[in-house]
Amino acid sequence: MNNASNAEDIIEVKSLAKNFNSLVAVDSVSFDVKAGEIFGFLGPNGAGKTTTINMLCTLLKPTSGGATVHGFDILAQKNEVRESIGLVFQDPSLDDKLTGRENLEFHMVVYRVPREVREKRASEVLEMVGLTDRADHYVETYSGGMKRRLEIARGLLHYPAVLFLDEPTIGLDPQTRNYIWDYIEDLKKREGITIFLTTHYMEEAEHCDRIAIIDLGKIIALDTPEELKSMVGGDIIKLVTVDDEKAEEELKRKYPDIEMIPDPDCFCFEVEKGEEFVPGLLRDFAVEILSINVHRPTLDDVFLKLTGKEIRDEGADALADMRTGLKMGSRMGRR
Amino acid sequence: MKSESVAIETPGGIIKTSRMQRFWTGVYIIWLRDFKRFWRDRVRRVAAFVQPLVFLFILGTGLQAAFKVFGAGGKTKYVVFMYPGILGMTVLFTSVFSAMSILWDREFGFLKEVLVSPVPRSSVAVGKVFGGATTACLQGAILMVLAFFPWFFGFSFETLGKVLLLIPIMILLSFGMTAVGVAIAARLKSFEAFPLLMNFFLMPLFFLSGAMFPLQGLPGWMTVLTKVNPLAYGVDMLRGILLHGVQVTSATISINPKLMAYIAKAPPEIQAAARNMIPKMPQLQVQRYPMWLSLVVVSGFGIAMLFIAIWQFGRTE
Repeated sequence: MNNASNAEDIIEVKSLAKNFNSLVAVDSVSFDVKAGEIFGFLGPNGAGKTTTINMLCTLLKPTSGGATVHGFDILAQKNEVRESIGLVFQDPSLDDKLTGRENLEFHMVVYRVPREVREKRASEVLEMVGLTDRADHYVETYSGGMKRRLEIARGLLHYPAVLFLDEPTIGLDPQTRNYIWDYIEDLKKREGITIFLTTHYMEEAEHCDRIAIIDLGKIIALDTPEELKSMVGGDIIKLVTVDDEKAEEELKRKYPDIEMIPDPDCFCFEVEKGEEFVPGLLRDFAVEILSINVHRPTLDDVFLKLTGKEIRDEGADALADMRTGLKMGSRMGRR
Repeated sequence: MKSESVAIETPGGIIKTSRMQRFWTGVYIIWLRDFKRFWRDRVRRVAAFVQPLVFLFILGTGLQAAFKVFGAGGKTKYVVFMYPGILGMTVLFTSVFSAMSILWDREFGFLKEVLVSPVPRSSVAVGKVFGGATTACLQGAILMVLAFFPWFFGFSFETLGKVLLLIPIMILLSFGMTAVGVAIAARLKSFEAFPLLMNFFLMPLFFLSGAMFPLQGLPGWMTVLTKVNPLAYGVDMLRGILLHGVQVTSATISINPKLMAYIAKAPPEIQAAARNMIPKMPQLQVQRYPMWLSLVVVSGFGIAMLFIAIWQFGRTE
């Protein structure tokens, strides 16, 4: 059944690439996902996360390279791949005019879950995502979070080996996000399935066992969150001064081997032990300091260090774009 | 129970089935969903019933007044002539526009759920065709009930026989026409484009089908167009069956009775000359093509369109 070269790797990706005309969306990425882990793809919008997922799910044909999922080739064994995976898309893909349970039934018929177990299986997954009492209502009456949970439940119905979650928490409020993460972690424990997810929320990526940081179609780092954070080294100190340029000169004079973080918007640098560094810094510093912020490295800092830009800005911009897009759309009378 | 073991032992809990089984499972579930959606929507159900009636009665009555030819002396009313045409039209429009659901599914994401599933793409296309054809046939069936009214053909075994004969033809027609819609909708990304394209295709198809006016005595170029219109063969069959044995005469020209009396008294040569002067009214051809030819054209067209629809669907991303 599973003819992967390495039984531990449930997904093997070899120099997978996708071009849209002249745009390189995914630039020859290679990585492996181990069976049973939560693997995260972290990167800003437009980094190529969804394109990669679509290729792995056989929805999109790669320009070059290939991959195996659950031991099946994504090009030659599409149907086998499709049977091995569950998929939760970035945008909702439910039928609003059916009830939650009917959506699940549709899915089970399509994936040929045996008739005898359908009812039980549906109740199981509904229970897991806490939708049992709403199961027989039309999906159009659900909130965004409920729809998302129903989709996750649906993705699990056919006992997939890998569950793909494309931005599982996008557009949800923080409380619902936490719920979703509880479900995901619970899932890993209970069903033992491999979870492949994408996100552009740094703090969420910390839930993953391993993270691939992707930017401009390339994987720029791949490791556990802890290892990635240790790349940044010490603590991050952020200063706000009356004159940043002068302050930087002063800092370089006092501490010649300090490493500045390449971010134009922030006067930030990295030191071994932040708490101990600050008192020394404050003593006779020539430029007036307005505020100091010391924090342990986060994945944000890792991304910043690797790419020289912050992931949040792009996320926020994209969201803003989306909003104006929506407004324009509604103005034009498309719902 | 065995069910437990199935779920745990088979990888993914999926039963291994043949491609053929998978195909029909897909067709069934896609059809079931489309049908459920139609049935739950009360507005659609009512509209499905009312729309053909509006066409039949308003257009039929209006045009009847215009075409005195049909009313004056002949027994057959224009509405009766138009009835099979409206049946064809209803099937045509409902079928083709049912494919619009593919665009909705694309817009609201549900199409992705279907496309990434292990059912073959061809079964999605065929399922959609079945779904659209079902709603079209339902509308047609509602319309068919009218045939039993005394206004039209009256309640008799003859009418029953005619209606039973109509059913397979209506099914055939609706399949072919839904396939046209599916083939077009399969790769369209834009909502706005579909109605435009449809009007561009559908209106000429409908006007040149003989649904509204008889396709005789038309200029040469138009006759050619009606001969390449597959729908014209469908409408021809429907009318051929429904109006079989119904006397469809054109009107006798009303001539001043005094003049008639005068002519009657005249010598035979003058009588003959006068008769020649009365213009010959063309007789309405109820069925223009032999049944077998229409059947071949309509089913050939339907099968070809079905394959195009399947092919187009296979190429969607």
